[in-house]
Amino acid sequence: MTNQTIDIPRVTAKNITEKEFFYGHKACAGCGGSVAVRLALKVLGERTYSALPAGCMAAVGFIFPQMAFANNSIITTFPGVASMASGIAAGAKALGQKDFKTVCFAGDGGTADIGLQALSGMIDRDDDVLYICYDNEAYMNTGIQKSGLTPYGTQTTTTPAGKNLPGTKTNKKNLFEIIAAHDIKYAATASIGYPQDFINKVNKAKHTKGATFIHVYASCPTGWGTPTHTSIEIAKEAVDCGLIFLAEYENSEFKINKNPKEFKSVKDYLTKQGRFKHMTDVDIEKVIQHRDIKWERMRRNWSTKK
Amino acid sequence: MKKNKIFISGDEAVAHGTRLSRPHVIAAYPITPQTITVERLSEMVENGDMDCDYMHVESEHSALSAAMGASSVGARTFTATSSQGLLYMAEAMHYASGGRYPIVMMNANRSVALPWSIYGDQRDSLSLLDSGWIQVYVEDAQEALDMIIQAYKIAEHAKVLTPMMVNLDGFILTHTYEMVEIPEQEMVDKFLPKFETPNKMSFENPKNLAFSSQPDDNTEFKYQQNKAMLDSIEIIEKTDQDFGEQFGRYYQGMVEEIMCADADAVLVTLGSITGTVRVVAEQLRAKGLKVGVLKIRYMRPFPEKEIMALSKKIKAIGVIDKDISFGYEGTIYTNVNSALSKANASVFKKNFIGGLGGRDITKAEIEKMFMDLLEGIDSDKPATVEFFNLKVETND
Ligand SMILES: Cc1ncc(C[n+]2csc(CCOP(=O)(O)OP(=O)(O)O)c2C)c(N)n1
Ligand code: SF4
Ligand SMILES: [Mg+2]
Repeated sequence: MTNQTIDIPRVTAKNITEKEFFYGHKACAGCGGSVAVRLALKVLGERTYSALPAGCMAAVGFIFPQMAFANNSIITTFPGVASMASGIAAGAKALGQKDFKTVCFAGDGGTADIGLQALSGMIDRDDDVLYICYDNEAYMNTGIQKSGLTPYGTQTTTTPAGKNLPGTKTNKKNLFEIIAAHDIKYAATASIGYPQDFINKVNKAKHTKGATFIHVYASCPTGWGTPTHTSIEIAKEAVDCGLIFLAEYENSEFKINKNPKEFKSVKDYLTKQGRFKHMTDVDIEKVIQHRDIKWERMRRNWSTKK
Repeated sequence: MKKNKIFISGDEAVAHGTRLSRPHVIAAYPITPQTITVERLSEMVENGDMDCDYMHVESEHSALSAAMGASSVGARTFTATSSQGLLYMAEAMHYASGGRYPIVMMNANRSVALPWSIYGDQRDSLSLLDSGWIQVYVEDAQEALDMIIQAYKIAEHAKVLTPMMVNLDGFILTHTYEMVEIPEQEMVDKFLPKFETPNKMSFENPKNLAFSSQPDDNTEFKYQQNKAMLDSIEIIEKTDQDFGEQFGRYYQGMVEEIMCADADAVLVTLGSITGTVRVVAEQLRAKGLKVGVLKIRYMRPFPEKEIMALSKKIKAIGVIDKDISFGYEGTIYTNVNSALSKANASVFKKNFIGGLGGRDITKAEIEKMFMDLLEGIDSDKPATVEFFNLKVETND
């Protein structure tokens, strides 16, 4: 899918390091966020500083005295991950350090809501930081509340579905486009359901100097009401039914990486998750319509070349 | 050696103190009356007077977050703010002290909205007394410059590792000009060596920092943080003495006692108001009245020992607060009072609230405060909290 520039050494299932950088943490079984962090760090390697705002990955990884990161890692304030990472990159550079990368692993809430301002500043300054947003579509760490990336219809603890409300009333923010609008050097969307594509994108960002961004779809069995063994599958299905798309923004151009001729069933994808169980056919139709409008716009404006 | 003295504002003095301290990273966001400091620093970076990364952050929360990030890998960092900006940083302030990042920050003391006011009082920093930062308040531009240099030495000390805030009164100090001696870089380098700390992330010795704790160990972390703050008292005094020996300016550590030795009535001051109170006290002394001034320099750690000792010698004490903890009294007064009670001091006490939102405190008002204190001695007047120069009728 992703075009790999020739001079970047490819990382694949065959040659990816056996070394673990995120290990012994307390995430739930089947946690998609932890898969994203684990894979990304394998690509980025040991000369990496990681910064994580409050959120599930911070909560499960740094419980004193049991630290789960093999590389230098730090928890930041909830709104301040991008600026703290910028400071790390600036400080390390000022001290003369070379050949290192700084990465953020932030949730959807920490990115699209409370951390958006700091992220915007980081991109504006073009600081040498890779920002990875693992999107589990709610504030999971605090008990499954609605975030700006919670999709229409989702039942959360602050958007209960009942006689008067369908669950979440709003659609996901167009985070990828918001980031791209900064004219960032490199941004991409990904899903842990397509791990090689995600790895390629992390690898590309690793070798891009300056601010880069990856929005990776990462399932959460606890918050989604899905079996723990289907986390990869469901994250793949989200892409295959068109609710999540794989794309890149580079050289000021958008590119769709995967452009299915036919989408798999949205209804199948939704009804197997506890968070969407209550949705009526009318609500599901709304989701499909929203998907189709978005894809029509993407196909019209973005490149679909391989 | 010929002294290099130049005519500059308090903000500019801070910029020079920062330049001489050679931070690796500056992250700051503009706010009146701090702006001149960050403008001068930007110029110094541009023209090569400083070898430093100036980060144009998009908010104060990010300014301090970026400073923490840089500090977490062992870089020396500086930030500056005031008022609304300081409060916007509040979350990061506790984070910085808990993480033991020895960041130095200049705060231009300014009132806090509402109502909006760009002018000075000390409600901003005093409301963050519990955020775990060392807080020093200066009286003039020279002290501002000198304290920035001292602040790095104190904050970065292995026994301290605590961030430090250098406060100077908005406009009164930030925007007025004085002759300020600019120390030689070589001498500053000798006084303030490179920052070395084991409390950092590095590729030689990777670390996970800023972790979470459990009820079982949190108290111990906070105990250590408190201990570091208490231990800093000794470092503050030593640093000030060393500074005095090398640069010829000694500020007397935690407090400066002015004509206190045989005083009956003492007024406690914080920041630039000290200058005016000194003048009034001298005038009253000339008339034979036994008055003195206690200039508090550090609000955290607090000069408890000095106040307890003083309380044994005097008969009345007044505290000027350019702040009010609504529903109670001035914050400086609360702190002074706590020390007095520990000393079982039986002195006449009074809290003077004023100078809010930039209102001038006049010599006549200060003279009246001294008179109130002298009259209170051996009287049965209760300790009161008085808003002085109040322009509305009250029933008090
Ligand atoms: C300033 C602030 N507000 C609120 C919180 C509480 N809080 C901590 S984590 C979190 C939710 C995180 O959600 P997200 O970023 O999506 O990450 P996830 O937990 O889903 O991995 C919230 C609301 C906080 N720590 N700080
Ligand atoms: S709640 Fe969800 S995101 Fe959080 S650790 Fe569990 S599975 Fe992962
Ligand atoms: Mg989330």
